[in-house]
Amino acid sequence: MQLLEFQAKELFREYGINLLDSISSTNIEDGRKHAKELGYPFVIKIQVPVGGRGKAGGIQKCQNDDEFEIKYPQVMDLTIKGEKARAILLEKMADIKKELYLSIFLNRSKRCYTIIASAEGGVEIESVKNQIIKEIGLGEVSDEIAQEVAKEMGLEGKHAEGVVDTLKKLSKLTIEKEAELVEINPLAIMQDDTIMALDGKFVTDDNSNFRHPELEKYQEKSAIEEQAEKSGFSLVELDGDIAVVGNGAGLVMSTLDMLSDNGGKPACFLDVGGGATTESVYEALTLISKLDRVKGILVNLYGGIVKTTVVAEAFLKAYEDNVIDLPVFSRLKGTESERATEMLQGSRTKIFGTVEEAINAAVMGVKN
Amino acid sequence: MTDIFGLLKGKPEDSDYEKKGVIVQGITGAYGSLHAKQMMAYGTNVVAGVTPGKGGQKFEDKVPIYNTMQEAVDATNAKISIVFVPAKFFLGAAKDALEAGIKLLVAIPEHVPVRDTMEALDLAKQKGAVIIGPNTPGIMIPELIKIGIMPPMPFKAGKIAVLSKSGTLLYEISDALTNAGFGQSITIGIGGDPVNGTRLIDAFDMVKDLPDLEGMVVVGEIGGDSEEMLAQRIIDSGFNKPTVAYIAGRAAPKEKRMGHAGAIVMGTYGSAESKVSMFNKANIPVAKRPAEVPVLLAGKMEKSD
Repeated sequence: MQLLEFQAKELFREYGINLLDSISSTNIEDGRKHAKELGYPFVIKIQVPVGGRGKAGGIQKCQNDDEFEIKYPQVMDLTIKGEKARAILLEKMADIKKELYLSIFLNRSKRCYTIIASAEGGVEIESVKNQIIKEIGLGEVSDEIAQEVAKEMGLEGKHAEGVVDTLKKLSKLTIEKEAELVEINPLAIMQDDTIMALDGKFVTDDNSNFRHPELEKYQEKSAIEEQAEKSGFSLVELDGDIAVVGNGAGLVMSTLDMLSDNGGKPACFLDVGGGATTESVYEALTLISKLDRVKGILVNLYGGIVKTTVVAEAFLKAYEDNVIDLPVFSRLKGTESERATEMLQGSRTKIFGTVEEAINAAVMGVKN
Repeated sequence: MTDIFGLLKGKPEDSDYEKKGVIVQGITGAYGSLHAKQMMAYGTNVVAGVTPGKGGQKFEDKVPIYNTMQEAVDATNAKISIVFVPAKFFLGAAKDALEAGIKLLVAIPEHVPVRDTMEALDLAKQKGAVIIGPNTPGIMIPELIKIGIMPPMPFKAGKIAVLSKSGTLLYEISDALTNAGFGQSITIGIGGDPVNGTRLIDAFDMVKDLPDLEGMVVVGEIGGDSEEMLAQRIIDSGFNKPTVAYIAGRAAPKEKRMGHAGAIVMGTYGSAESKVSMFNKANIPVAKRPAEVPVLLAGKMEKSD
């Protein structure tokens, strides 16, 4: 999970990383109070768990009350990469000399933590020039490595000291919280030569959540996501009208790709896990019934051991219980598929021999 | 380099040739017992199970259960184990196995913290052992040995190596291969986690010199740069057996985790475009749909004839 900037900064503060004064709010009334406390000028920053906020107009300078009344609601109403504002952060304006880049991430192919640093920060990582990359194993950054990084960034004196200090704190944070990525971009050299984190990105390893109850308060899940998790499913909401369900993440992704290739628009990615039972498929249909915009359901199950009749029962039960009233376009690979097809005769579920046929029928089906 | 066939099959002079012993860690759990039975039905020589506190009992009236891996290894001399314990106990189980001398550890659990995987890998490296997974369907030589949770139907003995990050797509694509007459010499599930005990390049190194290998299929997905590294390795090694790839997740939104912990695109890192373009550079066609894989493979074979 990617934390919001203000949440990442709460962790930074806990670990002693220098920050500007800032306050987060979720409504304009609180925002007004914070504006008074903070004093103009400040920056209004949208809080969404994705990058590219500046380009999308989610970061605005604010000089006075009049501007505040216009810009706060403006920023609050933005949707960036499908993400609505979760909060607004007001942060004091910075007097910057130079913008640097600093991050520690879990290097998947090298299987260790790795530092990326650059003296040319403030742009997206792909465009950061002269990157210094250092693999640091599984432990915290040593003094030697931290000093080496600062030196290779071309920093001296107070600037080098500040970066060494920040890097060591950042690495302690990364290791102790088991983060996949912690990034400060930009890390700024201020006019008074101190070093400050102006932005913060923090991605957790959700599989280690059980060891980090202190991060639980940052978990922002919709009711439907929570229910999916409880059932052991993975759900990603998308903005189309055909719900995509399958067993196994790879198979569902593949179905999503083929649906998109054929002009269909997926409403969600729902992986019910490796196996498929009457209960799990019934539960999946229940979840989908709670999503708006869905006009049809595309089901792609590679059963293997699973009897397709078991899955057919789930569809029938879902109609009977009035859980769904939507057409289902289904490809069920497994045993007893002829009997399953017979069972579903007359229902709104159609079974197809190949996923391609099911997809074509789904795309046509939701048009009407 | 890991002699994976030596581990899975052995040499004709071995007393346990083609029936290498496998220990099942977590054999009495619901999942472990189901798949222990399925593996035995497939012909895998399950020689012992381990469940702390249940030592002395027998599984299915014939497989002895031990409290620790050390006891199980001492009694059976097995070099292979498969782990079914809950994710939070994986690191403990893996250490137990590696310290006892296991050389091939197949890690089935999903949701293992990455840090635990990295620690297990560190130990495996010191001990000269290989970890497949975590979050893998397992590894198999069709019709000979299955160490994993895959259903048997899609697979048939043959001469194509299949390397896959995904479980169900491995079944789906192997099924399509089998139907097209392409049996498999080995299938290796890499796993869907960000950090894999055996990466695609490691799996490639295990299979590339097989004397009767006729082709290779790589089933990748968005996230990380495993596929890019593999494409580069294929270029550098001059490997010239017909190879076809498939990449899932082209339509996935960025910065969203698509079911697998490792299936996430950050900026351009891990994107399908990046993987497809590297495979193209290595002259490896990338199928648009799983069903297209055998078609492309047949095309490649014709050209190489």
